[in-house]
Amino acid sequence: MAEAVAPKNNPKNSWGADLFTLLKRHEVRFLPFVPDAGHADLIRLAHEDNDMQPVVLTTEEEGVALACGHWLGGKKSVLLMQSSGVGNTVNMLSMLANCRFPFVTLVTMRGEFGEFNSWQVPMGRATPEVLKSMGLTVHTVTQEDQLVKTIDAALYAAYASDQQVAVLLSQALVGRKEW
Amino acid sequence: MLQRREVVAQINQARGQALMVTGLGSSSYDLHAAGDDDRNFYLWGAMGGAAMTGLGVAMAQPERQVIVLTGDGEMLMGIGGLATIGVQQPDNLSIIVLDNGHYGETGMQASHTQFGVDLPSIARASGLPVSLSVETEADMLQLCGALASQAAGKGGAIFASIKVAAESPERSLPIVDGVEIKNRFRRTLGLNPL
Repeated sequence: MAEAVAPKNNPKNSWGADLFTLLKRHEVRFLPFVPDAGHADLIRLAHEDNDMQPVVLTTEEEGVALACGHWLGGKKSVLLMQSSGVGNTVNMLSMLANCRFPFVTLVTMRGEFGEFNSWQVPMGRATPEVLKSMGLTVHTVTQEDQLVKTIDAALYAAYASDQQVAVLLSQALVGRKEW
Repeated sequence: MLQRREVVAQINQARGQALMVTGLGSSSYDLHAAGDDDRNFYLWGAMGGAAMTGLGVAMAQPERQVIVLTGDGEMLMGIGGLATIGVQQPDNLSIIVLDNGHYGETGMQASHTQFGVDLPSIARASGLPVSLSVETEADMLQLCGALASQAAGKGGAIFASIKVAAESPERSLPIVDGVEIKNRFRRTLGLNPL
């Protein structure tokens, strides 16, 4: 694979490793993703781990159907995407409601808190409502000390009681892309 | 021209222990008509999601063969999934498209495949190691042979597009309750409801 160099303007976070440890503890086996800078650490750690398989997607709705398939086969997955991708998933989310599939997605927010690019704003603003209208429980994390606790609760609710949960990682937490 | 109910009956007969996922509409009815089975996960919606659902099962159950049966319109809606499958290279997954060149559920409007869009070429270019265009009985035998090889652990991921007549056989409706379809499928793998 070609050597990739991360661009300098992506925010740097300290919690990627904590999140990864949490996902491992919950025996999450697959990480389908459409990349976002905020998920970069998690994706890198998954690539380096033998028991966690990242799955690169062409569009986010693939990840919803894929997660349903993983659970049909008895394995857990967590979908990583950014808020702009939530719009792509809408009809596929109906599968979660119809079949009551356990589901967790971690959504890094754009267009929500100190956004430079106005094109990100409409979907960022719609993201929580879109997810709620499709029946998901939505938690928003703005503070680092709430992050592991919230995602732990999301994983527990999903895989202990068939719930569908989205955790939105605010730009206040992730940091903003510098231009 | 091949008839959809006949080719699906043939595939169902050749499936062995395979788990199957069907795309919404006629593909679900065809497999149900061939014989209802707890190992069938029928989609009634989520258009474009059949191949990815199948990939998920194949990744989670690498020792089991997984066959996705869907239509050309459903495959086209999730066409990027072939690229995702090409990256994962699941050697236990087969994607079989029943290509009648039409959107059958909505009034038989022409689909892209009637205008030269060639699904097996897309699958091949996405890196699926076996990609077949099936138009004759002999081609069907070749496909069944490829499925048997895959069940024996040889040959890698399969894509096949079967050109079938644009007909609408009488609907054979599987159960609609998604929770039940999920639970009974999982039970065949020894997985219980939460």
